[in-house]
Amino acid sequence: MRIKCPYCGERDSQEFSFLGQADLVRPDPDGTDAQQAFHDYVHIRPNPAGVNRELWLHAHGCRSWIIVERNTLTHAISSVEYASPRFREKAQ
Amino acid sequence: MKYSIFSLIHQAFRQQQDWKPAWREPEPKREYDIIIIGGGGHGLATAYYLAKEHGLRNIAVVEKGYIGGGSVGRNTTIVRSNYQEPGNIPFYEWSLKLWEGLEQDFNYNAMMSQRGVLNLYHSDSQRDEYARRGNAMMMHGVKADLLDRDGVRALVPFLDFENGRFPIQGGLLQKRGGTARHDAVAWGFARGADSRGVDILQNTEVKQIRVENGRTIGVETNRGFIGAKKIGLAAAGNTTRVAETAGLRLPIESYVLQAFVTEAIKPLIPCVVTFGGGHFYISQSDKGGLVFGASLDGYTSYAARGNLPGVEDTIEEAMAIMPGISRVRLLRHWGGIMDMSMDGSPIIDKTHIDGLYLNCGWCYGGFKATPGSGWCFAHLIATNETHPNAKALRLDRFATGHVIDESGTGAQPNLH
Repeated sequence: MRIKCPYCGERDSQEFSFLGQADLVRPDPDGTDAQQAFHDYVHIRPNPAGVNRELWLHAHGCRSWIIVERNTLTHAISSVEYASPRFREKAQ
Repeated sequence: MKYSIFSLIHQAFRQQQDWKPAWREPEPKREYDIIIIGGGGHGLATAYYLAKEHGLRNIAVVEKGYIGGGSVGRNTTIVRSNYQEPGNIPFYEWSLKLWEGLEQDFNYNAMMSQRGVLNLYHSDSQRDEYARRGNAMMMHGVKADLLDRDGVRALVPFLDFENGRFPIQGGLLQKRGGTARHDAVAWGFARGADSRGVDILQNTEVKQIRVENGRTIGVETNRGFIGAKKIGLAAAGNTTRVAETAGLRLPIESYVLQAFVTEAIKPLIPCVVTFGGGHFYISQSDKGGLVFGASLDGYTSYAARGNLPGVEDTIEEAMAIMPGISRVRLLRHWGGIMDMSMDGSPIIDKTHIDGLYLNCGWCYGGFKATPGSGWCFAHLIATNETHPNAKALRLDRFATGHVIDESGTGAQPNLH
């Protein structure tokens, strides 16, 4: 599997390390359902069989955090972008 | 038909022509009392113990492919109970006790071989950690032996004891651990369940679990709707896919684990050996092939095949302890989908839906748990009460903080 890093270009997946599900939003600790919300945030995952959005770190490269859209059935990657919106804007 | 020396002699005189299929291929009934989703080791064991221990008859096991085609037929066949955490030890030890009487119990040769499981340690701190694990085991009545380097040398003299990076200092040995013939375990449970009236429905894929007014009423399958009062979900790597059809969200992610087998060689490895410098385990099958595996491919996947970085990593670990096997040729390698839970330990519990029971999160340690899991899951389904040996394996432990994190890596399934 190869991942096309937005900064470095196409690189072997071994240069990257996998964190897990992207787009998880840390809940408000003062919210009324904070306990349940934090449980879901830490433990509950969609685990789709198909396209998923994931956080990867280009650990042995530019060290950017990136969001990879990848199909978990085929390992085909449909899009890669910077995780940080600031970098995403800069890149455009 | 009971298998015995007499049935063998009888068949020998009849040119082996009278053997009957070990289980039927029944048509699905309209309704069952209990449906088990997943015809793997755990599902078949559950059906077997429901029929045998609880006297229930109107049961079906639905399997989308053929029985034993998933993880029970893809693992590295290791059986052990050398766990450390309080919630895990009693459960796995109970499972190992069931293994010890399993073949007589279900009248099938599962080739259970208690050849020992040896975990190597490579540093002083790792020795202390293994001593602690051994003590934890012995406090629960499970025998463990801490070997020094000479002790390991007497057992497996061909290891690379002077490896520059990972010199072998000794090992923790569980003599009662070992290996079993994985397919035969599935077949033995299937035959035992079938002979007690359980319908095993192969090529029957569950499309949806039907829930009405908070109760399960049955499953939609590719062969039509099948009614059920109770449903036990034992779908391993596909757990979340099936569970979400009932609106259930689980602390599970699916990953690929690879396993390998080499060409057959003469008897070399007398026990299961694991590498403490990384994560690698190897044993030799009775046929002579070396069977081994290592860690997960590091990212979520439903593709039941492995990738090359995983192969490379595994082979490197093999060479770190057993350079002598470097010229042995690989015959096959394959991948299976693991239901990795958020703390690395399994879940056997009820759900918020009446009549829907959950057996999942086996990570890559499900094979050794097969009889214990079946026993405890059958107990839960039949009596609606958690079995004492599985009382820590609750679904709500993630909410209450009572997680059983054997490796101490936190809610990061690819690291367990």
